[in-house]
Amino acid sequence: MSNVPDNLKYKKTHEWVQPLDDGTLRVGITDHAQDLLGDMVYVELPEVGQTFQTGEECGVVESVKAASDLYCPVAGEIVEVNEALAQNPEAPNKDPYGDGWIMRIKPNDADEVSTLMDAQAYRDMIASDSD
Amino acid sequence: MPFIPHTEQEIQDMLQTIGVSDFDALIDEIPKEMRLKRLENIPKGMSEMEIAKLMRDRAAQDGHPLCFLGAGAYEHHIPAAVWEIATRGEYYSAYTPYQAEASQGTLQLIYEYQTMMANLTGLDASNASLYDGASALAEAVLMAVRANRRSKSKRVLIPRTVHPAYLRAAKTLVGNQGIALETLPFDHKTGSTPVNALPASPGNIAAVVIPQPNFFGVMEDVDALTDWAHAHGALAIGLVNPMAAALLKPPGQWGAKGADIACGEGQPLGIPLSSGGPYFGFMCCRKEHIRQMPGRIVGRTRDLNGKRGFVLTLQAREQHIRRSKATSNICTNQGLMVTAATIYMALLGGQGLRRVAMASHHNTAALVQRLTRLHGVECAFDRPYLHEAVLRLDRPVDDVLAGLAKANLLGGYDLSRDYPELGHSMLICVTETKSEADLDVYATNLQRVLEGRKVANS
Repeated sequence: MSNVPDNLKYKKTHEWVQPLDDGTLRVGITDHAQDLLGDMVYVELPEVGQTFQTGEECGVVESVKAASDLYCPVAGEIVEVNEALAQNPEAPNKDPYGDGWIMRIKPNDADEVSTLMDAQAYRDMIASDSD
Repeated sequence: MPFIPHTEQEIQDMLQTIGVSDFDALIDEIPKEMRLKRLENIPKGMSEMEIAKLMRDRAAQDGHPLCFLGAGAYEHHIPAAVWEIATRGEYYSAYTPYQAEASQGTLQLIYEYQTMMANLTGLDASNASLYDGASALAEAVLMAVRANRRSKSKRVLIPRTVHPAYLRAAKTLVGNQGIALETLPFDHKTGSTPVNALPASPGNIAAVVIPQPNFFGVMEDVDALTDWAHAHGALAIGLVNPMAAALLKPPGQWGAKGADIACGEGQPLGIPLSSGGPYFGFMCCRKEHIRQMPGRIVGRTRDLNGKRGFVLTLQAREQHIRRSKATSNICTNQGLMVTAATIYMALLGGQGLRRVAMASHHNTAALVQRLTRLHGVECAFDRPYLHEAVLRLDRPVDDVLAGLAKANLLGGYDLSRDYPELGHSMLICVTETKSEADLDVYATNLQRVLEGRKVANS
């Protein structure tokens, strides 16, 4: 069973979102997503300063068996990306909620994050997906 | 592998399996008026004997002219060993091998080709080849627009000194993708793209194409053009003749940072002129852009037993993995041409390629000297050239070329259609294949044509 931490928010496209104290949001892909993708070989990061709408493609995660788009979970501006992924693309496999984070977003609307799924809703969704 | 058409029974079985009544029902989405009833312009089949005769007759029509025509396709000497080896059964495949376990020989050859091309262009990586030089340029433009995420621009600057056919092909291939190819003027005295005449504030641009040598055979100021591109946030695409790249500074070393992408026509590397094809395009780039490079890439790896092996790699760029997001929908390569080119490069080595380029340059300079002594012939440009040069005549070029053709000479390429502003100008090319006597034949006959005398049939 995948690890789905209670303190995070989730999108159905398998991104996790962690609200930080400064109002920005840290984003990565879930343990379930990295498990489906397999060994990751490359993460195409967005550029700092780029802005995206909710659900807009903002990057690509590539594994030995697939490449999959990364969708921006809430509308906002990219304020930081995890540059270490260039040297260490397998970090989302090993530590999807820690070293494997992908980007930090300054949301246009601070309330949008509350519309995302909580851990239980995401757990239910992936459980029904695997049925 | 022979082509085996389906039998009527097989077609019926397949239709039955998928639950479609007949073939017309299978394609009923295509409007009736758009369906081809029969191939009206295709004649009936011929026997082997008939087709062999037809081909001999057609080949004889070409004759064996003494060729001083370049303009994108170059007559170089091809050692007999090249095609002797390339057509061995082990290599005889027109296609890239997906099945690594059955194709180590071909994969290793492509890997070595990539290594040689990366060395030749001074860049980090090469793909396994593309269709030809023109489509390689179009793919390089598309790649640059994808790779230059900082610029967010779909404008690409392309000098008018790029091969006119390449420019047309690139416009056809990228025009419908919202990419604007904006041409840069050239200096009519130098035949090159003047850096000091480039716009001071060009706005957002994704890339600048830099030909070396350019279509006129003239050396561009590649260092300054590359630096100018980078100073304006654009990528630099080097469009190079691979033979010239052996002698000149490779694109990877242009300017302070080097070009980002190099592409061009691979035909000079062991591929016969053969009426215009098949040829092959090549493309190389810096490592940071490799995921935006189109086409196949072969990589070296280790198998389960720790032995060296070769496989297709980075396939997430390709359409069979990510159809809609693929770097290109032309993901094949010119396997057979690349095989010949790799053998050609291996036989000549870097030193040999440089000698071919140098001998071609010397021959061209010698012919230019002979021809410009004639009344009514002058050099059009004053910049250094490699193995092509533009001559300006005192009368229409097509008449002169027709006169030379009577002496069995392919005298050059008439530039007046593509560059009317250059007047009666023609592009000549001399490779290492021409002797002093050949140059004399050209000079003598050009003099006769210009003086209105009868030519001597060589």
